[in-house]
Amino acid sequence: METRPVRTPKRSGSFTVKAGLARMLQGGVILDVVSTEQARIAEEAGAVAVMALERVPADIRAQGGVARMADPRRIREIMEAVSIPVMAKCRIGHFAEAQILEAIGVDYVDESEVLTPADESRHVDKHAFGVPFVCGCRDLGEALRRIAEGAAMIRTKGEAGTGDIVEAVRHARTVIEEIRALEALSEAELEATAAQMRVPPELVRQTRELGRLPVVNFAAGGIATPADAALMMQLGLDGVFVGSGIFKSADPARRAQAIVLAVAHFNDPRRLAEVSTGLGEAMSGVSAGSLGPAERLAARGR
Amino acid sequence: MRIGVLALQGGVREHLAHLRRLAIDAREVRTVSELEGLQGLIVPGGESTAIGRLLTAGDWVEPLRAFARDHAVWGTCAGMILMAREVSGGRPLLALLDIAVERNAFGRQIESFEEPLSVAEIEDGLEAPFPGVFIRAPRITAVGEGVHILARLADGTPVAARQGRLLTTAFHPELTPDLRFHAFFADLVRRRRP
Repeated sequence: METRPVRTPKRSGSFTVKAGLARMLQGGVILDVVSTEQARIAEEAGAVAVMALERVPADIRAQGGVARMADPRRIREIMEAVSIPVMAKCRIGHFAEAQILEAIGVDYVDESEVLTPADESRHVDKHAFGVPFVCGCRDLGEALRRIAEGAAMIRTKGEAGTGDIVEAVRHARTVIEEIRALEALSEAELEATAAQMRVPPELVRQTRELGRLPVVNFAAGGIATPADAALMMQLGLDGVFVGSGIFKSADPARRAQAIVLAVAHFNDPRRLAEVSTGLGEAMSGVSAGSLGPAERLAARGR
Repeated sequence: MRIGVLALQGGVREHLAHLRRLAIDAREVRTVSELEGLQGLIVPGGESTAIGRLLTAGDWVEPLRAFARDHAVWGTCAGMILMAREVSGGRPLLALLDIAVERNAFGRQIESFEEPLSVAEIEDGLEAPFPGVFIRAPRITAVGEGVHILARLADGTPVAARQGRLLTTAFHPELTPDLRFHAFFADLVRRRRP
């Protein structure tokens, strides 16, 4: 077949390729891992990506102290161990950590409330990076502020490291309800809402037209079982992050595979029953309602 | 005309939206039995290892091979890897197309890129280049007889191919506003092209 090559330079780092990778992760499971061995278990189970960490959120909770970006050596080892995308976390507002992660070559940066925030009033200017970012949200305003800053993927904050799904459900439902409420607004009201959210009206208009966020939206923060994952998918989320829920459970390989299958077949209760059977102990967890205000990671970064 | 999009994992929604803009009856395909009544199938982009596991777990391989014998099938990105007969550093799965591919051939996400492509078979009168969106994309390293290369990068790397009614692209037409590749596939489904 005839082909005439076009002499146009290729362009990398566009928003299309940043948000596009998240689109390719839809319907998938992203697992927190702290070692090459865990990363291989995740890939083998069918995870679409891994989050390379020093400690999972449940351990950050238990051990306390300042939680920072992982050692680049740990991240590089995990990148070499698997062929699926590797994500890593930087602290909220810590653009130098983000620059380091970009220099290492990670595929996605999670500007995460799970780590100790570095800046109490500003997030990273994510437009300045070629690497794409995912950020957490509790409501529509927070999601759109992160997108306006350049985030190419959104996730619920939930309450990481608890194994309690209640906060992720709250955040997912809040975003859905607030998007639905946009439909009823007049143009003047929409502009007022945008001003209140501190985001460009165009972004609110686009969200109203789509009836969903303009980027992929994953569930995160408290998912521990295949049923949790299916619940979030049925609520309309595009995929799930599972943190402490896998490697704090009795049989990580089986549980990881079960959650992957539950996300792929989230609408099929018979399949869900099958994959939920005999998985052994889930992570024991802590009820999100029992946490004091200082223990709530979701309140970090607005 | 009814075209399905394999909906186990990946960029399913975007393909469905493009097909529906062309007024095609587009369906998510989540179970083997949902292949019935389809005239064509798209294997979307996603993570090829993840989709591969789900295909194996759900006993999809033989039914998909049978489907491809007398229907049009189009694989984008991960779909190209799943359709290829040879995968460097990996195992072939469906082995539908006589091509060899290399996964993540351009490097990690930071190397993902856009490049306009000249695609002879889809060009309209204006001959506008097709917007190529490459995300952790594979490339074609060898093709067998009977496989036509449809598009190359400026450096000569082949990134789209057709063998009869089997179509594959290393890039993502579903992530652009351009409907020409989907219209081209619909023509293959209608057997308008030999």
